[in-house]
Amino acid sequence: MANTSTNPSAAVGRTKASSLSAAVPRIILYTVLVLFCIYYLLPLYVMVVNSLKPLEEITAGGMMALPNEWTIAPWGSAWSTAQIGVDATGLRPYFVNSLVMVIPAVALSTILGALNGYVLTKWAFRGSTLLFGLLLFGCFIPFQMVLIPMARILGLTGLAGSVPGLVFVHLVYGIGFSTLYFRNYYAAFPTELVRAAQIDGAGFFTIFWRILLPSSGPIAVVCIIWQFTNIWNDFLFGASFSDFDSQPMTVALNNLVQSSTGVKEYNVHFAGAIMAALPTLLVYIVAGRYFVRGLMAGSVKG
Amino acid sequence: MAGVNLSGIVKAYGALQVVHGIDLDVAEKEFVVLVGPSGCGKSTTLRMIAGLEEITDGDLMIDGRRMNRVAPKDRDVAMVFQNYALYPHLNVADNMAFGLRIRKMPKDEIKTTIDDVAEILGLTPYLDRRPADLSGGQRQRVAMGRAIVRHPKVFLFDEPLSNLDAKLRTQMRAEIKRLHNRLGVTSVYVTHDQVEAMTLADRIVVMNDGRIEQIGTPMELFNHPANTFVAGFLGSPPMNQMKGTLTETGARVGDAEIAINGSVAAHAGRDVIVGIRPEHVTLKAESASSTLPINLDLVEPLGSEALLHARHGEDHLVFKADTNGDITHLQGVSAVHVPHHLVKLFDAETGRALNVGG
Repeated sequence: MANTSTNPSAAVGRTKASSLSAAVPRIILYTVLVLFCIYYLLPLYVMVVNSLKPLEEITAGGMMALPNEWTIAPWGSAWSTAQIGVDATGLRPYFVNSLVMVIPAVALSTILGALNGYVLTKWAFRGSTLLFGLLLFGCFIPFQMVLIPMARILGLTGLAGSVPGLVFVHLVYGIGFSTLYFRNYYAAFPTELVRAAQIDGAGFFTIFWRILLPSSGPIAVVCIIWQFTNIWNDFLFGASFSDFDSQPMTVALNNLVQSSTGVKEYNVHFAGAIMAALPTLLVYIVAGRYFVRGLMAGSVKG
Repeated sequence: MAGVNLSGIVKAYGALQVVHGIDLDVAEKEFVVLVGPSGCGKSTTLRMIAGLEEITDGDLMIDGRRMNRVAPKDRDVAMVFQNYALYPHLNVADNMAFGLRIRKMPKDEIKTTIDDVAEILGLTPYLDRRPADLSGGQRQRVAMGRAIVRHPKVFLFDEPLSNLDAKLRTQMRAEIKRLHNRLGVTSVYVTHDQVEAMTLADRIVVMNDGRIEQIGTPMELFNHPANTFVAGFLGSPPMNQMKGTLTETGARVGDAEIAINGSVAAHAGRDVIVGIRPEHVTLKAESASSTLPINLDLVEPLGSEALLHARHGEDHLVFKADTNGDITHLQGVSAVHVPHHLVKLFDAETGRALNVGG
């Protein structure tokens, strides 16, 4: 458009008119998009703004207003001094719990999913399709259905009420999805490469580590984002299978917000909620580009 | 003594048998080409030699050792795949070094080996490039380099040239031949292209439907095809085949009498297939030749020669004739002449060559 308007020919008027009529739908489109954007960002705005106000400003009304007096005290309180359940520990220990839970759960489910995908596509055996079908079926079982059997298993193995127990639960639940991702991705990976490596002398794991994994970047990112988001955000398993000292962030946040004693410190609640959302937000911002690309690769080729 | 011996090799997938007992001895340093139409079992046979397919029955020996249950990596074979199968995340040098590193060859030895082979294949300028940055011919060369650096007992080639364009294919074909002359490694080469088979092979194995039709040197197979399948597979265009009946002195094909060398009087009345190579006929009558009247359909000029597409009765025939720079004299051809000694006879029922002496 910039080009046509600098064109000094006799047709300037017409060009301008036509470029204007071409621009109208675009302007409407962008207006609508910006409006939607504002609409969706509004809750975040409310959370951020109110987490930086003293409590009196919130109770006095004016949720939408910018703070008169900026303060980061609610953040400090939510992090280290707020009352969670019976102790005034802030969210910090639970944030640590969540990290200790999510990192091994994501790493293990991703690696096992990759191995499963490798075996299911490159070392297919009698009944492997059925096995994959069953794993896939596992993805669609609602969380609520496995609560009681899972509680029984955790009790029997002595993992109940511990962070390793939560890791185990998420690992079991995550393998179905991670296997699905990697199987579809590896289905498009040329089998001849595996055969060539076999003849070159590589064994089962050497081929996996040195031939398949180096080419698995995009799908690994997809899998990690998916698992991280799900496991970090999970509330049901966290609430069902943890003790006071192994609660993940989501459960602790709930306890902070739902506490029935004392004054409701909305500013602290807002700060806590942002803290709980921050890690997934970060993962998306850092790796989101690969997420879209990897999803396309996995789905189209698979 | 790094030969390859197959005896009674069978491959079955469940109840479906695809290779029906193959016997083949590949001598040391020999270049053997397995050729046949797609689905004839040639690639399956090669993959059984490599160890990528399990052998259902029979014995496979490499260098005198039974290999049926030996893992591919311990058979000391190297394979070149149709689609190159280069590791996409490794550069040319690392692709070639992959097998050597796994076999724990010392670093400096790997380097000298790769430099030597790269030199032979003209890959020296490309050693740090990824496969994606190479042309088809270069990739094929890397795939061969990867096989050569290992100094295996046997090279296996699985249609290595079929992904290349025609010009490059001719070039690479010559290069493979030169390499084999230089390295002298026992090679088994699979292709569906009879020209590759003829040009490369010390011996050709023609396969069809999971069986070996004939084994022999290219010229043996060309001159003395054992049956109509081999006759129709080798040669370009392939041998013309017409239904006929034996007479006292030759064969009657429609209204024509094709005389042959040798005596067939004892078999008079037998149904046969008469085989005539397209390039064996002449346009002028010569001594000791029979006349075959034809209806000319089409003349295809190829330059120095032309293909004559013609009919004789029900049979569609193709003949080759010299153009001498002009095809007008070919337009009016109404008969070709078949030298007696170049006529082939096959049994009409079994398709097997009839040995009539002479």
